[in-house]
Amino acid sequence: MNAIELSNVSKRYEQKTVVKNVQLKVRAGERMVMIGHNGAGKTTLMKLMLGLTRPSEGQVQVLGGDPAVSTSSKRQTLGYVPESVAFHGAMKGREVLAFYAGLKQVSTAHYNEILARVGLKDAADRRVSTYSKGMRQRLGLAQAMLGEPQLLFLDEPTSGLDPSLRRQFYELIDSLSRSGTTSLISSHSLNEVEARADRIAILKNGALLACGTMPELLEQAGLPIYVQLKTAEAAVNSVAEKMGWAGEVHKLDERNLEIRCMVSSKMELVRRIAALGDTVEDMNIVPPRLDEIYNHYMENVQPQ
Amino acid sequence: MNATRLLAINEFVDGLRNRWVAACILLLGSMALTLLLVGSAPSGSTGAGALAISVVSLASLSVYLLPLIALMLSFDALVGEFERGTMLLLLTYPVSRWQVIMGKFFGHLMILTAAITIGYGGAALITVFTTDSGTAGWQAYLTMMASSLVLGAVFIALGYLVSVIVRERSTAAGAAVVLWLLFVVLYDLGLLGILLADHEQQISQALFSFLMLASPTDTYRILNLTAFDTVGQAAGIAGVAAKQGFSVPLLLSLLVGWIILPLLATIGLFHRREL
Repeated sequence: MNAIELSNVSKRYEQKTVVKNVQLKVRAGERMVMIGHNGAGKTTLMKLMLGLTRPSEGQVQVLGGDPAVSTSSKRQTLGYVPESVAFHGAMKGREVLAFYAGLKQVSTAHYNEILARVGLKDAADRRVSTYSKGMRQRLGLAQAMLGEPQLLFLDEPTSGLDPSLRRQFYELIDSLSRSGTTSLISSHSLNEVEARADRIAILKNGALLACGTMPELLEQAGLPIYVQLKTAEAAVNSVAEKMGWAGEVHKLDERNLEIRCMVSSKMELVRRIAALGDTVEDMNIVPPRLDEIYNHYMENVQPQ
Repeated sequence: MNATRLLAINEFVDGLRNRWVAACILLLGSMALTLLLVGSAPSGSTGAGALAISVVSLASLSVYLLPLIALMLSFDALVGEFERGTMLLLLTYPVSRWQVIMGKFFGHLMILTAAITIGYGGAALITVFTTDSGTAGWQAYLTMMASSLVLGAVFIALGYLVSVIVRERSTAAGAAVVLWLLFVVLYDLGLLGILLADHEQQISQALFSFLMLASPTDTYRILNLTAFDTVGQAAGIAGVAAKQGFSVPLLLSLLVGWIILPLLATIGLFHRREL
């Protein structure tokens, strides 16, 4: 079953088209990450899925229904952390959570557990205005976790968090996802989300450029890989000559060289290297870096 | 309904937390007490009780103050939440947009109710128990309290309308001030101007009454100055309006209309708004 289904969704504000003909399916239980530059349409897509705005064209289905129906019981089963989460500063952390729990009609009994899970147990009785950015962000996640949501929307959840808080944040999301929560996370850093995503959707100027698992994206991108070899003494030139068929060969120094080759010829290359025997002492295969993949999609791929 | 109640309570608790309720009670209470004590002095000679006399002065003051308090409570209610980003999150919860408006409305109404009941009511009780002015005119005083609440509600609703139309808090604050000036000061000045300029007396009394009823603040004035004879004696000018024979239900329903229409317009505009 699909938790989210967008079919041919476009959104225009006056003259500007911010979402262009997007087709996207998020399966139940999946961790989907949307990446794109600022203004790529990530936040607008999320607002469409949350029913905060209506599409100009196309259809949005969330948990099998129209997300804009506000009284729907489906809203009780979704959580959202906005990009810059804001709360009423005069309220205490506990009061904020009590208010949102009331709106979701979930029992107030498990706040303490949630507060502990996001690490705000000791700060629960302090005013939110005294919270740091990271604490506010975690309170944002706490309200989204109320009522064990089936579907979580996280809009750039880690912006403004330091690396260790960032890790904690993703650990929380991982633990939710292990219990079956579907999550949709937006980010502009591929490096950060690569290990956390089941699938990645790449957006540019409101259009979906690509969507798939990391290996799929890599394959589609067709970027070369680098094979680095360490040769026996004085063998570097002869090895370089023999490998010239696979792609560009760079001599790094008297012992090391690097071959830039396509994924399709990788295995053949490896076999031939193995056949060289002692002449090659060490080997290293370097896949394209994430920012290369991202840049490739941004620069070379046009939306269909 | 549950969400509306929750939002209303939240709004009221917020008013308690940031001392709005306390400040309003203090302001209205001290004003009422001053006017009541002044009113209790000449009561022996005219025969009208302090309560009845002070209805005139309190109503004249409420007409300025309550719209101001109500607008200060409400101008920020929607635009402030849009700006802070709290509305975005709120609307992803199982809450309808009309529930957001009505929740805030009832919450703000609770704040005004507390301020008027404790402020005006408390001042009246103090006067009755500490002076020998008696309880004559208590019905007029109660009517004044109730209609003051209704007047406040009118300006809460008008404040929401401002709050949903404009895009920035600062604009909303400016618009609220203009609204207050318009209804509380300028409209009446305009009416006076028309009367002064009208040498040939072409404006009939009926037209003039109609113009007065077109403003919620004047409707409130007429309601308080003419509803009770005891007050009318003290008011003096009331005789003019009393001849028109506006019934209390008519005046009240006009005021209620001034609540319902802006609220409906606010809900309508809010529904169309994209976040």
